[in-house]
Amino acid sequence: MPDTNPIDPEQGPIAPGGGYGGGMDLAASDAEALEREPGHGQEPGGPTGKPRSLWSDAWRDLRRNPIFIISVLIILFLIFISLWPGTIATQDPLAANLSKSQAGPEPGHPFGFDSQGRDVYTRVVYGARASVTVGVCATLGVVLLGSVLGGLAGFFGGWWDAILSRISDIFFGIPVVLGGLVFLSVVTNSTVWPVIGFMVLLGWPQIARIARGSVITARQNDYVQAARALGAGNSRMLLRHIAPNAVAPVIVVGTIALGTYIALEATLSYLGVGLKPPTVSWGIDISDASNQIRNAPHMLLWPAGALSITVLAFIMLGDAVRDALDPKLR
Amino acid sequence: MRGATRVRWAVGVTVVALTAAACGGGDSGGGGSSGGSGGGIVRASWGDPQNPLEPANTTEVQGGKVLDMIFRGLKFYNPKTAKAENMVADSITTTDSQNFDIKLKSGWTFSNGEPVTSDSFIDAWNYDTQLKNAQLNASFFQYIDGYDKVHPDAPGAKASAATLSGLTKVSDTEFKVRLNQKFALFPDTLGYAAFDPLPKAFFTNRSAWLAKPIGNGPYQISSYTKGSKMELKKWDGYKGPDPAQNGGVELRVYTDNNTAYTDLQAGNIDLVDDIPVSQLRNVKADLGSRYINQPAGIIQTIAFPLYSPRWSSANAAKVRQGLSMAINRDQITKQIFEDTRTPASDWTSPVLGDAGGFKKGLCGDECTYNADKAKQLISQGGGLPGGHITITYNADTGSHKEWIDAVCNSINNALGNNKACVGAPVGTFADFRNRITNKQLNDPFRAGWQMDYPLIQDFLQPQYFTGASSNDSHYSSPTFDSLVNQANAAGSTSESVSKFQDAEKQLVKDMPAIPLWYQNGSAGYSSNLSNVALNPFSVPVYNEIKVS
Amino acid sequence: MGRYVIRRLLQMIPVFIGSTFLIFFMVYALGDPVAALFGDRAPDPATAAQIRNELHLNDPLWKQYLLYMKNIFSGDFGTAFNGQSVTSLMGSAFPVTIRLTIVAIIFEIIIGITLGVITGMRRGKPVDTGVLLLTLIVISVPTFVTGYVLQYLFGVQLKWTAPSVSPEAPFNELILPGLVLALVSLAYVTRLTRTSIAENTRADYLRTAVAKGLPRRRIIIRHLLRNSLIPVVTFIGTDVGFLMGGAIVTERIFNIHGVGFQLYQGILRNNAPTVVGFVTILVLVFLLANLLVDLLYAVLDPRIRYA
Repeated sequence: MPDTNPIDPEQGPIAPGGGYGGGMDLAASDAEALEREPGHGQEPGGPTGKPRSLWSDAWRDLRRNPIFIISVLIILFLIFISLWPGTIATQDPLAANLSKSQAGPEPGHPFGFDSQGRDVYTRVVYGARASVTVGVCATLGVVLLGSVLGGLAGFFGGWWDAILSRISDIFFGIPVVLGGLVFLSVVTNSTVWPVIGFMVLLGWPQIARIARGSVITARQNDYVQAARALGAGNSRMLLRHIAPNAVAPVIVVGTIALGTYIALEATLSYLGVGLKPPTVSWGIDISDASNQIRNAPHMLLWPAGALSITVLAFIMLGDAVRDALDPKLR
Repeated sequence: MRGATRVRWAVGVTVVALTAAACGGGDSGGGGSSGGSGGGIVRASWGDPQNPLEPANTTEVQGGKVLDMIFRGLKFYNPKTAKAENMVADSITTTDSQNFDIKLKSGWTFSNGEPVTSDSFIDAWNYDTQLKNAQLNASFFQYIDGYDKVHPDAPGAKASAATLSGLTKVSDTEFKVRLNQKFALFPDTLGYAAFDPLPKAFFTNRSAWLAKPIGNGPYQISSYTKGSKMELKKWDGYKGPDPAQNGGVELRVYTDNNTAYTDLQAGNIDLVDDIPVSQLRNVKADLGSRYINQPAGIIQTIAFPLYSPRWSSANAAKVRQGLSMAINRDQITKQIFEDTRTPASDWTSPVLGDAGGFKKGLCGDECTYNADKAKQLISQGGGLPGGHITITYNADTGSHKEWIDAVCNSINNALGNNKACVGAPVGTFADFRNRITNKQLNDPFRAGWQMDYPLIQDFLQPQYFTGASSNDSHYSSPTFDSLVNQANAAGSTSESVSKFQDAEKQLVKDMPAIPLWYQNGSAGYSSNLSNVALNPFSVPVYNEIKVS
Repeated sequence: MGRYVIRRLLQMIPVFIGSTFLIFFMVYALGDPVAALFGDRAPDPATAAQIRNELHLNDPLWKQYLLYMKNIFSGDFGTAFNGQSVTSLMGSAFPVTIRLTIVAIIFEIIIGITLGVITGMRRGKPVDTGVLLLTLIVISVPTFVTGYVLQYLFGVQLKWTAPSVSPEAPFNELILPGLVLALVSLAYVTRLTRTSIAENTRADYLRTAVAKGLPRRRIIIRHLLRNSLIPVVTFIGTDVGFLMGGAIVTERIFNIHGVGFQLYQGILRNNAPTVVGFVTILVLVFLLANLLVDLLYAVLDPRIRYA
């Protein structure tokens, strides 16, 4: 990795079309300090032995960012209860005692009961596995597929753009209800994977659009033009110069989408084509609770709260990663 | 032609004025004229009818509501007692339960002035039966002689006659019906909407008629905007015994009954005839005495695919009986349905009354919750096939998920295995029906039966007679069939009913479908209304509602 | 520029053909619609066969599709099962939905971008945290619940508005439904704007602008916002489709008989003419929205040029 600091805006020529050329000295970063988040690393570049890449810089930043640490701790905890829910919930999430239908909290049942008389606490704990898997895997799939296809469309333009964008238009046209009923009603197994596959199939066009837009903007930047003039290859330019600058909107949309995918799973279940019982998920419980909002708000509060915390963790993680990747913050 | 248009236009203006008064005044309704018959408009919730509004093409209750208001047939089901009483018919007589002589009362007309004659019925019934008209309820005419010529059953077959040979006109006020088999209760089926008469205007210009149907009932349609609302006006020329007690009804299409309920709370609508399950816990607090919860002719069951090797063995009947005993109907109707369902103990409905064939407890122990006995019976029958079962339901209409889950949980608790029974949703009603019709289901599925007419025959024969149109279980019992045949050929109603009940006892032994509960009709109304009631079909009796 | 627009408009043709065929095929895959017409009763075979014949359901798929396309080009979009023509359904549904979408997008632009700018410039401050919490609530509480609670609050308790929207659905009745519909998108718009703003506050040209002593307001709107809007505009462009076709829940809560409802009904009843007709129009709307977004890129960032 010989290229030490490729993303220095100052090295580029004056922008061809824009009026706001460089000319400021990056070293004089007084103005910037005002904008810094508390807790952000202060030294601009510690002398380490080997030349640093953008990604290793980012990692160094991240390790010292408390936001990052908190979010990772929450995510680790979620993974832990997904794998071993029995460690903190000893009851059976399927055990139903209808006479307790919608009853409030009591000893041994801190969150109360749902309509079927099942323990809400146990179900929130056991629901993590399906919901976190759906949210994380669907988001990863959508972000990877979407940003690759969208990035290519935005970078190469022309026919690439025309074909990829029009394909995404067609996918955009498929209504979720129709797609769900067609693709998922033939599925008989009750694992999360068909649901995830379906979300990726219908979700990628949106990320592709966002990525395409960001790449089109980033492509115009001076340093990209400079790299191109210096003879950098396409893949190198995309990965090292454009991707880090175009990734922010994708991260933002991805982290929020993670929450909406967990909720979308509930919509699919409501349509009868999502996760099937006896699978337990936050989505299903939130959907069941929605109707009962006047009677038993506690049924909604806890699974929705768990979903909020998950989304919060990923939003924080996304923010931290984005900050770490942003060269202007350094 | 021109004259008719002008009349209709004038009617339109009057109704607009009436509606404006009702909406503007809010509380005052008909203003000064609120004495005897009242002029106020009832603003009621409605669902978009699924099919064009023809009498023989309407298979669901929303279209049925309108037909109920704008038509009167030969017979009419008393909204309180469910007894079939003569309406347009003056008398229906028979000596052999196969040939019927129908005499009409004179003086009945359609709201466009045309008289209601025997031709109005004969032409309508012929039209309804003709294959080319593809009427969804054509099969209601199957007992009339000549049906198979006008409506050959084999797909692709051509009709060899255009009219039912069993219908003979005697005079404008009398016609004869010959059936192709004995059917003692036939006259009592004639209150069903499919048997309504049709005016000539229907046959001369069907599409104009469909845009604004014309009937002979207490109301006439003054405007119809498909998909959003229908305004009905009291028809002043109505000579029947049950004229409208209000100025008219405005039916508003709601896509969600919860919204209709919220609108009722806000005072934007007067009558909601389907209280959402999620609001049942609040309805008494919200509406107090303005809430109706009364039996309707609907029974919910869980039907078994008896064609599947999983359920066809002789021992499987024990498993089915065991499953029936594993369901705690009392608890589920109380906790999930807030007592808007009544635990079922036979395969009919309380609205039939004892004389009509309802018999509480006919099913006996087999329909009474007993977890220990259930477990014992199931293991005697060889256990659940494959160790676990699913109950299939459609997710798109009605809120079936909650009660299916509760039924499964009840079975699971009885068997001590939390994965013995799970609900299996199917996305659409269409898909659900296709799987049933194509015999693709291998495990039980939800079934509901809403009566067409208040007769024990309608609860038993279509569902459990060998090869009958709604025998989704493909149940076939020679004993049951022969008892039903005897019942149909019986000389008197009471004899017929008791034979039907004998047939019903065979269902206890074979348990082709588990009776769960009788569904009630539920409705709520605003303080503007009084004298609100539901008929046995869970449809509001609109013409008797008074607006203050 | 002109040539680019023409080229893009021409690309609509293959997309039109592709999406109509795909949707047609998918509705076909849903299965036979006839059995459900009979309700809980088993269909009588002769009547069912007659209906299938009339709907050409016995023909092979390609033949049905060609027939459908032929009819479309003669202006006939077919009929729904309740006997209404699909063109009349579209005529009543689209105007309502377009109004609802406009209201929602206005909310997204005004509230979303404003909150985004504020939080982007005050990162880590209480206002930023507060908006983040609202975002979390919006994401994790289903639209059904927020919609119902707001409806109950404003319609029943406060009586500021009617709980349901009248069939004519004028703009003033669509304010609350529009807000409910926009809520989730608001979360996206706010966070996207915030991130872009935060990034661009450190850009060189901004420091130049500050150094030149330009007024703060002018800096924010002309320099900061303009350069931050590309991801936001992209998102709103993609959102038009979701708002128009996917407003099923919002439309149900407020009893709006719009595109989402008709599409949902068409799908549940396996009615190909309704579904294909509505989706086709929606796809054309997406294409136009996308074109508009791409043209806006060039306005927002003059360095982007289209040949």
